[in-house]
Amino acid sequence: MGVEAAAAASLQEVINWARKNSVWPVTFGLACCALEMMVASSSTYDIARFGSEVFRPSPRQTDLMIVAGTVTKKMAPMLKRIYEQMPEPKWVIAYGACACSGGIFQTYNVVQGVDQIIPVDVYVPGCPPRPEGLLKGIITLQEKIAAEPAGQRNLVSLPWGNNG
Amino acid sequence: MAKCMAGDLLKETFPEAVRDIEEFRRETSITIDAGKIREVMTFLKENEKLCYDLLLDLAGVDFDDRSPRFMIAYLLHSTKFNNKLRIKTTVAEGASLDTVSDIWIAADWMEREVYDLFGIIFNNHPYLRRILLPEDFVGHPLRKDFPVKGPDFGQPLQVCLEEER
Repeated sequence: MGVEAAAAASLQEVINWARKNSVWPVTFGLACCALEMMVASSSTYDIARFGSEVFRPSPRQTDLMIVAGTVTKKMAPMLKRIYEQMPEPKWVIAYGACACSGGIFQTYNVVQGVDQIIPVDVYVPGCPPRPEGLLKGIITLQEKIAAEPAGQRNLVSLPWGNNG
Repeated sequence: MAKCMAGDLLKETFPEAVRDIEEFRRETSITIDAGKIREVMTFLKENEKLCYDLLLDLAGVDFDDRSPRFMIAYLLHSTKFNNKLRIKTTVAEGASLDTVSDIWIAADWMEREVYDLFGIIFNNHPYLRRILLPEDFVGHPLRKDFPVKGPDFGQPLQVCLEEER
C-alpha cells in the first residue's frame, strides 16, 4: 500500500468516526411507532448516548431518516421529497413492521415497504419495536458507517447529474 | 329524553315520502324517498317541535345484493330536546342524491367522504372531490366489488415528484 493510499484510508476512518457519532435524525413520525421513537429520546433510554438526540425539524440539517410508522400511498411523495431534500451523506432506518414491509396493512392504500421508494440501510421489525430496538438499529447503522470504504459515497449531487 | 315525534309528524306532512318507520331499543329509523330528502331534512331542522339542528354523522352503505344498491344514513341530534333520529334513504348505482350541505354545513365533508369511498354523486354540492384518497386514485374502495388489496397489489410502486414529471 502506498503512502497516499494509507493516508486516504486513515482519513476515511476519521471521517467515518465523526459521521457515525453524530447521526442527526429528521423529525419524521407517521404512526404509533413515532411514540416509541420519542420515548427513545427520554432520559430512560437516552438516545443522546449515541449522538443522535438532535431531532432536526428541517431535512436540510439531518443525516438520518427514521421512517417510523405506516407509509400510505398518499404520503409517499412527501416522504420521497423529504429524503431528496436531505444532504449527503444520508441514511435511512425503516422502523417498525409497516415501514419494513407494510405490516398488517395489506391494503390498497399502504406502501408495502418503504424500500420501494427510498433506499433503506437498517430494518427494525416489531409492532411497534421497543425503544431499545431503535437504539440497536442506530448501533447497527454506526457499525455500517464505520465500515464504509473511501470513495463509495458521492458527496455532492449536482443538478445536471454529475456527482462530485 | 322526550318522546320522539318525528315519525308521526313526518307521516302527517310527507305521507308519500315516508317509506318505513322502525323502532328498535328506543332508536327511531325512518326510511325516506330519495327525491324528497331536502324537503324532509329542512322540515326536521326547522320544525319547532323537532329542531334537529345537529348532523352527527352521514354514512354510506353498500348492499351489493340489493336493489337499489346503496343506502345513505343520516344521524340527527336535537340539542333542544336531546333527541336522536336516524334517517335512511336508498340510492341506485349511477343515480345521484341532493346535497344537504346547505342545511347542515357539517354535511359538506361527510358527503365528500361518501363520494370518495362509494362514488355516490351529491347534486349541488359546493366542492365535490376526493377528501381522503389521493386525487389520482381510481375506483371507490368501500364498494363491495373493490379488491381489498387494490388492483395493483404486488406491483412495484411508482412515486413521481411534481418536478420529475
